[in-house]
Amino acid sequence: MITIEKLSKRYGATTVVDGVSMEIARNSLTVIVGTSGSGKSTLLRMVNRLVEPSSGRVLIEGRDTREEPAHLLRRRIGYAIQGHGLFPHRTVAENIATVPRLLGWDDARIRARVAELLRAFQLDPALYAGQFPHQLSGGQQQRVGVARALAAEPAVLLMDEPFGALDPIIRAKAQEDLLEVRQRFGTTIVLVTHDMDEAFRLGDHVAVMSEGRVLQYDRPAALLTQPADPFVSRMTGMADRALRLLALIPAGEAAAPGADGGPEVVSTATLRDVLSELVWRGVDSVRVVDPDGRPRGRLTVAAILARGRP
Amino acid sequence: MKLDRLGALLTAAGALALLTLPFVVFKANRIVPGDPRTLLQVLPAWAALGCYALLLAVAASALVADDARIRLLAALAGVVVVALAAAAAGNALTPPGNKVVRIAPGAAWWVLLIALGLLATDAATRLRPPPALRVLFLVVCVAVAWLALAHGTFDHLSIMREYAVNAARFAHEAARHVSLAAGSLGAALAAGLPLGILCHRVPRLRGATLGVLNVIQTVPAIALFGILMAPLGLLAAAVPLAAALGVRGIGAAPAAVALFLYSLLPIVANTVAGLKRVSHAAVEAAHGMGMTNAQVLRRIELPLALPVILTGVRVVLVQNIGMVTIAALIGGGGLGTFVFQGIGQTAIDLVLLGAIPIVVLAFSAAVLLDALVEVMDHTRR
Amino acid sequence: MRSLANVLRAAALAALLAFLLTPQRFARLFVPFTQYGAPPIYDQGNLLTLALAQLGTVLVAAAASSLVAVSLGILVTRPGGAEFLPLSRTLVNIGQTFPPVAVLAVAVPLVGFGLRPTLIALFAYGLLPIFENTIVGLRTVPAAVLEAASGMGMSARQRLQSVELPLAMPLILEGIRLSLVINVGTATIGSTVAAKGLGEVIIAGLLSNNTAFILQGGLVTGLMAVLLYDALVGLERRICARARIE
Repeated sequence: MITIEKLSKRYGATTVVDGVSMEIARNSLTVIVGTSGSGKSTLLRMVNRLVEPSSGRVLIEGRDTREEPAHLLRRRIGYAIQGHGLFPHRTVAENIATVPRLLGWDDARIRARVAELLRAFQLDPALYAGQFPHQLSGGQQQRVGVARALAAEPAVLLMDEPFGALDPIIRAKAQEDLLEVRQRFGTTIVLVTHDMDEAFRLGDHVAVMSEGRVLQYDRPAALLTQPADPFVSRMTGMADRALRLLALIPAGEAAAPGADGGPEVVSTATLRDVLSELVWRGVDSVRVVDPDGRPRGRLTVAAILARGRP
Repeated sequence: MKLDRLGALLTAAGALALLTLPFVVFKANRIVPGDPRTLLQVLPAWAALGCYALLLAVAASALVADDARIRLLAALAGVVVVALAAAAAGNALTPPGNKVVRIAPGAAWWVLLIALGLLATDAATRLRPPPALRVLFLVVCVAVAWLALAHGTFDHLSIMREYAVNAARFAHEAARHVSLAAGSLGAALAAGLPLGILCHRVPRLRGATLGVLNVIQTVPAIALFGILMAPLGLLAAAVPLAAALGVRGIGAAPAAVALFLYSLLPIVANTVAGLKRVSHAAVEAAHGMGMTNAQVLRRIELPLALPVILTGVRVVLVQNIGMVTIAALIGGGGLGTFVFQGIGQTAIDLVLLGAIPIVVLAFSAAVLLDALVEVMDHTRR
Repeated sequence: MRSLANVLRAAALAALLAFLLTPQRFARLFVPFTQYGAPPIYDQGNLLTLALAQLGTVLVAAAASSLVAVSLGILVTRPGGAEFLPLSRTLVNIGQTFPPVAVLAVAVPLVGFGLRPTLIALFAYGLLPIFENTIVGLRTVPAAVLEAASGMGMSARQRLQSVELPLAMPLILEGIRLSLVINVGTATIGSTVAAKGLGEVIIAGLLSNNTAFILQGGLVTGLMAVLLYDALVGLERRICARARIE
């Protein structure tokens, strides 16, 4: 879907992004994670050419991004940033309609799309369409920001620390929403963050960046079990890596056949949650059931512990 | 090598002015229309060409020099060259002993001066000198100009001719100008500071006070002067003591009162804004350490609010220096006297004799107080 | 509070119009300010005409300075004009130390007496507040908003038109208001260089020692300034009601 080839950005003598190559699959959610100054935002911004690369190129669906004027390219790519960047002088509906208007959609189509997006983000169109950004809560503003980025049905959505300004509870909700929205619209998402927890929680692929280079680009579990670089292990955290690994595995996937007693857990819970539950209740096994109540099998402490080893 | 765009613009303007506009204007006496002259027409060829060469050098550094210090020096050198050229033209065109001819700087001279001034300003802006250096620079410039004037360098130019005629009155009116501007500022400080503190403490008072002061600001100066003439005139007529103290319908009294009223808004508003800026934590800590209200005000709040209050003082002083000019219309004196006399007699040189010192005064006040504000504002460092 | 302001506003406007249309009806009020049987109401010209002339001068000058100042402000905040920005800010600061009377006085040698030097002085002096507010307004548009606008594919021109200018509008309008109000006052001084306006009435009063004339000129000018200020504040509120920035 997105091919990044030997992409570099230099400002004078300093190299901010240094020969990065990546292949980002369709419908994936790729998280680029790194400390500040690692070049992760610059890398992201070179994809929609808010920053022009010094060398290398980016292909989207096989087409070089330099083939068309930058502003036309950007209209095909969603872009959401920290602090949302909503236009304070426009209503929620007008904000969301920005790119569709730039693209010349007709009014009826725009209205329908705005309503669809507002509902997808649990904002009642009748209530919120006419409001101004300053009338919304921080979490609502952020959701409108993402809705606006998705308005013109882009195949690719770029997000730069989109949840950075939110407090932890609202942030967790926003992350859940994002996963849901991704399911629903099938958008390929590239998200930049400095928060490893966020990376593990959201990403099906994670790229760890430091000093302009991608040190490792892999599935989250692989970052824990086979770190390619000491920096990667430091970023992922040594102390609780087993727990992080468990947090990546849903209970339904690890459940073994059987139907012994014990408390019931839902199959979408992570092994980490299940382990916590076992410790809390002082039992050795649980029954795993699907959200609709169908039994999926059982999980024991020993089985869980086995999954927490590399 | 990259051409500096501002330098190119200014060079083009200066060159165009030198080629198409008169450098000086020669008038046989004060009344007759002027006769335009170029530099080559009034100075010996070597001197005129020398001037052109020097200005060309200035233009070259404006076009290609990157170092702001070089640009600043070049611009200042240019100002000196242009000023001395005008003085030399004055000397050359004035027959010995003749006190009637008037030699005034022409349009080209003014354009050159503005272009060089812009160049110097741009260079100085890029250098960002610290406050002390700015004040020193101002003092040196004023001193050099003063010495040149005292030495008689420019005595044959028309403005100095007007000065020679009005020398005694000039000192008097200048002093009157400064004392009116500074005096009304002092009175406004004496009344405005307590009022500002009160407004800060009593929020209900704030809106009304600032509202009234805002309305006063919108009344045009000339009108406020005029309106104050009536009650002050009545007061003088009704209360002999007031009249004995010099309160009259016309003259300095209504001017001083009007300036005082105009000065109140910036002082009060900035006092309130400055006090508001003081962090609650600092005030709370001070109270917590057992300071009384008065101590908190004197030792914590006022020192922290000082930069903002001083900014208000700067606004008031600069504004007052300009407005005193209008006081001349109601007999209040000041340098405006020359401006309005000059306008009345169509004598431009007399207008400039009043207007130039006013601008210099206002500009100096702005530089001095800006420097003071910056030195006082510890939070900005 | 709001209704009281409306009543005051209406009363001021009514008083101003009544006085300008039928000044003689107010003669009795001004008699105490005259001496030796001098006329209580200005009799060397029509007050309404003078007031309208002054207002016209001010509006023409303000329109011209708004156009120039806003264009310049936009120019120096674009990447191409950025090298002129520090200089322009310094110039704005210096410019504000020039008293308007000095600008007027210096304009006379350039263009002679009458309406033209007044227009030039009002134009030049009116540039400053508008220019400065335009720059501040354009430069304080939040970075995230600009980034979002570019990120969504707005061209530089679209960004300026539909994001930057609307957001800077409250400050730009405030600059225009400041410059208009200063200019109503400065325009009275224009009468010293023979421009038509209410300054004529004040100066006639000063020359003939007739306080009634001074009061008339001053009060009418003052009322016009206050009403103009008030009307512009209202207009700003209406235009900017939507563009509220936290």
